[in-house]
Amino acid sequence: MGALETGLVFGLVALGVFLSFRLLQFPDLTVDGSFPFGGAVAAILITQGYDPFLATLAAMVAGASAGLITAWLNVRLGIMDLLASILMMIALYSVNLRVMGGPNVPLITSPSVFSLGQPDGMPDYVWRVIVLAIVVLAVKCALDAFFSTRMGLALRATGSNPRMSRAQGVATGTMILVGMALSNALVALAGALFVQTQGGADISMGIGTIVIGLAAVIIGESLMPSRRLVFMTLAVIVGAILYRGFIAVALNSDMIGLQAQDLNLVTALLVTFALILPGLRRRLVARRNRSHA
Amino acid sequence: MLDVRSMYITFNSGTPIENRALRGVSLQIPEGQFVTVIGSNGAGKSTLLNAVSGDLRIDRGQILIDDSDVTRAPVWRRARHVARVFQDPMAGTCEDLTVEENMALADRRGLVRNLARAVRTSRRDDYRQRLATLGLGLDGRLTDRIGLLSGGQRQAVSLLMASLRPSQILLLDEHTAALDPRTADVVLRLTSRIVAEHKLTTMMVTHSMRQALDVGDRTIMLHQGKIVLDVAGEERRSMTVRDLLAKFEHERGETLADDTLLLG
Repeated sequence: MGALETGLVFGLVALGVFLSFRLLQFPDLTVDGSFPFGGAVAAILITQGYDPFLATLAAMVAGASAGLITAWLNVRLGIMDLLASILMMIALYSVNLRVMGGPNVPLITSPSVFSLGQPDGMPDYVWRVIVLAIVVLAVKCALDAFFSTRMGLALRATGSNPRMSRAQGVATGTMILVGMALSNALVALAGALFVQTQGGADISMGIGTIVIGLAAVIIGESLMPSRRLVFMTLAVIVGAILYRGFIAVALNSDMIGLQAQDLNLVTALLVTFALILPGLRRRLVARRNRSHA
Repeated sequence: MLDVRSMYITFNSGTPIENRALRGVSLQIPEGQFVTVIGSNGAGKSTLLNAVSGDLRIDRGQILIDDSDVTRAPVWRRARHVARVFQDPMAGTCEDLTVEENMALADRRGLVRNLARAVRTSRRDDYRQRLATLGLGLDGRLTDRIGLLSGGQRQAVSLLMASLRPSQILLLDEHTAALDPRTADVVLRLTSRIVAEHKLTTMMVTHSMRQALDVGDRTIMLHQGKIVLDVAGEERRSMTVRDLLAKFEHERGETLADDTLLLG
């Protein structure tokens, strides 16, 4: 149940990463900062007595502005996309410490978005999964709808063929700003929900977010290869849940001997493997064809 | 109409590889005129087109479209007036999008892109009808990814896309050069038809002198960043490829190594 819970949370991260990496072709590492940024903003507002829903909304706005700044560094100031996002990620580390006022903010006894409407007798961990599933599905459907609008289409075209998009009158710079804000708002939403399921925010919670998000996207794409967008957004969510499942299994089986600190190494290896897989497959097919000829 | 006034572009200015691509080009194209542009490699044909489309910033001069100054306008803003088909069939369409999505994208050229549905049912029938006029069997493939289409088919769709919205200028950058001869012929005939149908003011860059004289109603020749020949009307009608070649050789001051290539 715990793996499903974090899997759903990272489903939101995966959707954000899918939007920036895949649709916009913008390698965005900001997420390593905007995930804890969302968590920090939500946590601090909740401890100060604000409504958890309001706090979560504020976290999304915070994430969106982080994405906007990264995009602005790239679009208006001409800084290379990857570098712009690294600058933002580093900057957010300090911002997060400032927002939290320390390395962590406990939320154990505070209300959360999960405290509302919980039926009597239903355990917390079941209810949280239900709420998260509803949120993730709603976000997925909203994204699908957005991608089929005129603006959504322009955004997808911007990532796929920027020169043609401009020739068709698409303000590609604006589209990158919009897409990056949206992407990081989703990641910050994930961060805000994460701290409310985990009972607190921690400065180190963002480390490796991007790799987990990418892992989810890649796993989803290789298991459910499709060119249709509605399936692609579904695939990355499934990828996130499966990925957290793998991790839970790997860390819990004593036989393999992996421990919690190995998480990022395992993730890195997994992503590396998934990245080289298409190339290996191509080479294998080529070799088979050659032996037939 | 298009009005280009003494336009200069220099690449790598002030370096040993300085290239004065355009050296004072002035050109007026009245509304509805179809101009073909020829010249050797490096004569400035593509530079001229890219300057009009806004892909290149010009160093000096002015560009006016229907009397409004677009010299400083970015490509996407100029797209309201300018439609374009690229040389590379892959460049003019978005391969990750479907045929109808590509057309819907072009259907909003120069218009606001809001949160309304991109592919409307009412427009879909129109797209299908337009695709049917191509005679390439594309009317049944609206929801196919355009990346699945051949280069010629994609170029034909690019042309359709360019004519979906009214525009003051149509720019064609050797748009048949990357196609096999038969497909190139189909696309060229389609070009003439669409230009005539919509009475488009058109500038077409081409490598083929034959094409330059056969299509359109005016031909200009560029050499070393200047317009060295500008013919229209009776003078152009009586001109043969041989005349054009002679002019070409005269400008280059040397015999062309392989004129069969240019005769084709």
